[in-house]
Amino acid sequence: MLSIKNLTVNVNDKQILKGINLEIKAGEIHAIMGPNGSGKSTLSHILSGKAGYEVTGGSVTYQGKDLLEMPPEIRAREGVFLAFQYPVEIPGVSNIYLLKAALNSIRKYHGQPEVDAMDFLTLVKGKVRLLEMDEKFLYRAVNEGFSGGEKKRNEILQMAILEPKLCILDETDSGLDIDALKVVAEGVNSLRSPDRSFVMVTHYQRLLDYIKPDFVHVLAHGQIVKSGGAELALELEEKGYSWVEDTKAA
Amino acid sequence: MTTTTASRYAAEYQSLAPLLPGQDLPWLQQLRAQALKKFSAQGFPSLREEEWRYTNVSAIEKKLFSPSINRASSPIDTDWLKQYQLDDAWSVVLVDGYFSAELSVLDGLPNSVSVMSMADALVKYPTLLETHLGHAVDNAEHSFIAFNTGWFTDGLFVHIPAKQLLAKPVQVLHIATQADVLATTRTIIIADEMSAAKVTESFAGLDVAYLSAAVTEVFVGANADVTLYKMQCESEKAYHFGGTYVKQARNARFNHHNFAFGGLLARSDIHSDLDVASECELNGLYLGVKRQHIDNHTRINHLKPHGISRELYKGVLDDRARGVFQGRVIVDIDAQKTDSQMNNRNLLLSDDAEADTKPQLEIYADDVKCGHGVTVGQLDEKSIFYLQSRCIDAETARNILTFAFANEMVDKVKIKGLHDRVLEQVLVRFPQEGVEKSWL
Repeated sequence: MLSIKNLTVNVNDKQILKGINLEIKAGEIHAIMGPNGSGKSTLSHILSGKAGYEVTGGSVTYQGKDLLEMPPEIRAREGVFLAFQYPVEIPGVSNIYLLKAALNSIRKYHGQPEVDAMDFLTLVKGKVRLLEMDEKFLYRAVNEGFSGGEKKRNEILQMAILEPKLCILDETDSGLDIDALKVVAEGVNSLRSPDRSFVMVTHYQRLLDYIKPDFVHVLAHGQIVKSGGAELALELEEKGYSWVEDTKAA
Repeated sequence: MTTTTASRYAAEYQSLAPLLPGQDLPWLQQLRAQALKKFSAQGFPSLREEEWRYTNVSAIEKKLFSPSINRASSPIDTDWLKQYQLDDAWSVVLVDGYFSAELSVLDGLPNSVSVMSMADALVKYPTLLETHLGHAVDNAEHSFIAFNTGWFTDGLFVHIPAKQLLAKPVQVLHIATQADVLATTRTIIIADEMSAAKVTESFAGLDVAYLSAAVTEVFVGANADVTLYKMQCESEKAYHFGGTYVKQARNARFNHHNFAFGGLLARSDIHSDLDVASECELNGLYLGVKRQHIDNHTRINHLKPHGISRELYKGVLDDRARGVFQGRVIVDIDAQKTDSQMNNRNLLLSDDAEADTKPQLEIYADDVKCGHGVTVGQLDEKSIFYLQSRCIDAETARNILTFAFANEMVDKVKIKGLHDRVLEQVLVRFPQEGVEKSWL
């Protein structure tokens, strides 16, 4: 699904990612953990195509194609979805308008006709129920005045409707109380399938209590310093990031 | 033309004077005479005046628009009118500055509420008008006001008695149907204590050059709540000068929504005087294209303590259009604990478009919370990326976000029929494909 090879990235001439290697197969869940400033968010931004980053070396191949060559909307239409750490508020655009515009952009890209209005409403309302959201949310402006939990839930709603193949969750657990975290996690778990992969970028291990990863990678100083199974996250929680940072230094 | 007057309009006045309403009211005759004298001496405002430095009105003097004395208005296409006239409202339609009984709808008004043309009100309620007409506005403020006082031919009169909550909005619809016509109107809205009302002023005209000069005075009684909407959709050849002058009593609430879409040259002034714990909200949206010049001036006078004011004006300017915003907030020495916030945001869509913005805070009290912010620029890159990450290409994202920038102000309109009509105008400028209007 996704193959990152020796990826190096600069921001304002400073090297932030210093040779990342990562292989993600269909159906796998990978957690990327690391302390603040380790380059976690840079990695998710690079995958989604955000401007302001300079790739200085390496490659990212997604389903056999060069991901870095694609503009952000093409990546999204090809099935890459970034759930934002800080979802953007867009006053004046209703959620439902955004969802329909997004869904139709994908369909058009794949040569399909526009979604039927009734089918669309049925689809959206079903997902809204799944995420225990109020239907009124659909008619409110995108993220405007939403609480932290509502914003994250809204990201997962978009993900559920767009049905991406590679879901990148950037610090989805930040700003969530435990109830919201459970709802979001259930939403994510309901989307798990053999042909859909997840990359969860997170600082804390608590999200992983609810969404069990197949692999855990620890990012420090722009490099993956340790990889393992789900148990690595627990070990990290216990020993702290200094443990892996020291490992690397040694 | 004599040399004693600064304006050709003053020279023409004598032929019009006997035809103006209120001939038998000495106070009004006197008011008009004073106004004429002032206007004759000054003429229209010049660029030398600070409040007019961005807006050149000399074309009006050159054109010499004239009032529709013969009332030879063209037949009105009712479908065209429906774009502006609300269905579920009491509406007064003024055609070329005169009341049209045929087009107006005033059935079912509560007996205690008065909604009628200004000419009728001068006959029916002369005493009430004597104590209100010219009392929220100062003729010395600028000569358009004096001009309006001298020349007005008709207008809207609304009086809501104490504790009356108006069930439906009142609309005054100003229609211009003739080339070179001058429509000068005065509107008076009196909301007695603890009453509530929504009033809409709409302006539209056929595709010709004309001059629309409208002054509105609003008196919001103690604990009363008035929302006034203005939807300015004049023809793109028209000149529009509108002034709204408001007196708010204790705890009075006044909300104003100013949609400035039309006109070759359009200027609006909105002034409000706040008493103890009054609340004032001013919202504005101006959309300029081609060579339009759209100027909005606001002034909020905090005269007494505990007043709250909120102001947000947004402009989208394309082609060679120019938008002007001058917002003044004055906090008097007595107006302690004032809470005031003013914002003006402009989006420039072309290199030749221009936004001139000048927020002014004048604070004479020492225990207040006041702020202002101004932006002139392009769309937010973060928002564009967010939409791109949701499969939407950059060009469509820009289109959606430009629409959204304007739509935020449309969302604030709480009369469904008006909301939909304002939205319709915004969609003409920024079409949105494949989406139901009820979702916007």
